[in-house]
Amino acid sequence: MSVTETQPTPAAAGPRHGLRLFFIWLILSLAACLVIWFVWYPHLPPGRMSSSAKHQQFDIAILAVIAAPVVIFVVLYFIYASVVWRAKAGDDSDGEPIYGNTAVQATWIIGTSAIVLFLAVFGTVELIGPAGAGAGEGPSPVWTLAGTKSATWTPGTDHILEVQVIAQQWVFTYRYPQFGGMESSELYLPIDAPVEFHVTSLDVIHSFWAYQLGVKADANPMVDNVAYTTPEQLGSVTVRCNELCGIWHGAMYNYGHVVTQSAFEAWASGVQAQEQADGVLAALPPYSLTYDPTVVPQLGKNIVKIDGITGAAGYYYPSTDPVQP
Amino acid sequence: VSVPARAAALIAAFLIVVGAGVFVALYYIGSATTQLTTVHYSATGGVVNVVLQEDPQNNTATKPDWVSYYTQDPTSKQWVHTTLFSVPAGMKVNMTIYGYDGCTPLRNNYWSHVQGTLGGTVTVSQFDQHGKEYVTNQTTSLINSWSDCNVGHTFAIPAMGLFVPVASPNAQLSANNLCSSSPCTTSGNPYSLETFSFMSPAHAGAFRWQCLIPCGGGYLDGNGGPMQTLGWMTGFMYVVAS
Repeated sequence: MSVTETQPTPAAAGPRHGLRLFFIWLILSLAACLVIWFVWYPHLPPGRMSSSAKHQQFDIAILAVIAAPVVIFVVLYFIYASVVWRAKAGDDSDGEPIYGNTAVQATWIIGTSAIVLFLAVFGTVELIGPAGAGAGEGPSPVWTLAGTKSATWTPGTDHILEVQVIAQQWVFTYRYPQFGGMESSELYLPIDAPVEFHVTSLDVIHSFWAYQLGVKADANPMVDNVAYTTPEQLGSVTVRCNELCGIWHGAMYNYGHVVTQSAFEAWASGVQAQEQADGVLAALPPYSLTYDPTVVPQLGKNIVKIDGITGAAGYYYPSTDPVQP
Repeated sequence: VSVPARAAALIAAFLIVVGAGVFVALYYIGSATTQLTTVHYSATGGVVNVVLQEDPQNNTATKPDWVSYYTQDPTSKQWVHTTLFSVPAGMKVNMTIYGYDGCTPLRNNYWSHVQGTLGGTVTVSQFDQHGKEYVTNQTTSLINSWSDCNVGHTFAIPAMGLFVPVASPNAQLSANNLCSSSPCTTSGNPYSLETFSFMSPAHAGAFRWQCLIPCGGGYLDGNGGPMQTLGWMTGFMYVVAS
């Protein structure tokens, strides 16, 4: 009895999907990264107006360049599988069984781990390098900007300019301790000079966000929140509150100006002299890193304590008066 | 339960939730702004005369103990409980504010400094409850709210750089004789009379104004209530094409 055995025929040589996917992915990724770096990067927010803004723009570009190949791979594989391996009309057979592939799994785990670890190191370096990356570091900053702390500020030196940002419902004011503690409703900064912001609040929680400078720091009552930057371009800065703070939160913004060092000194000295002449400097409290909104030491000498008449009776409402909403 | 029935139930539940949200938005948010009247001021000879008063209380049924601004109707001279008014663009605005409320210190005494008015000053007179004038036409660029019982509230339009402290009756008068029925009148009540001028913006727009004194009694640090509500201590100056 003869037996005829049918030998399994070798599978027809199909396209090498892996290699095809790799080359498509490589071309698309290269193109995307080049476009991101050379076309998108110069226009990424928040621009390059300050040292912190420049670093933030660089960070976003790096993140985009790293993320693009990953996103492209996932989307490409999804589209490729949908097009090439979709079921043909009338084909009711089961799909190919799926088995684990150690090489693919290892590549994915090692690749993503390497990316995450790299970003952790990169992020730490980018936080330390530009002295906190423009973010509020609290009252005792770990990373500080290079420069000399001085009771005065002089153009052409490495003196750090101190600017106190005072937030209240619903305006920002700015105090300059190196110019007699004068206060202004406009923010002026000199170009190419290190700036140390001291951000605080007189009532509720606000947030000082100088967008083009890449500076953002919460303004909390009784807290001195320090942030650093160095303006590197002349121009206007938009300052917004970035913490919901009441009915006019959306309107709590004003504009700042980065000017030449000589123009800044002329402006600051002029405001100081004017406020000296108008009696404003004498009316302001001594410069302090925080202000207790319920205590005014200068108050009360000539004021009759009035109970139950009106308003705060010459004093502030205490924080528990009389009921909490 | 059939599929159409389940789908119908799902759609009905969705519509009920959406309808409830729309109702809340329209009923609460909508009603808060639509009840306020806007007082319209027109110019005569290139000048607009706006008259306001600030009181220790108000004549509403809902929040009678809230401090409040009132706006004077230019035609009837009646006081309207609103903080919305309109002025023509590019005009000199002569502002008169009657201050009937007592003093409260500014949280930031920088706002004692008059800013944004023509000449950078305001002119203040003060009267006791008998109509006797004890401060007469004092022109100043600073009303120091921390040196005495000087400032009741402020009138500030931040977008225009206009910041004006509004004087209050002195300490003794604030303690004993404040107006107790709104809208207050100059007869039988101590008050301050403050005038200043500024140029309205050249282009039409809505400019919010506010008080910078934490005057919301009964709320955390005086920050809530009338401070946060249109019609009391904050409002809009509408600039219209002239």
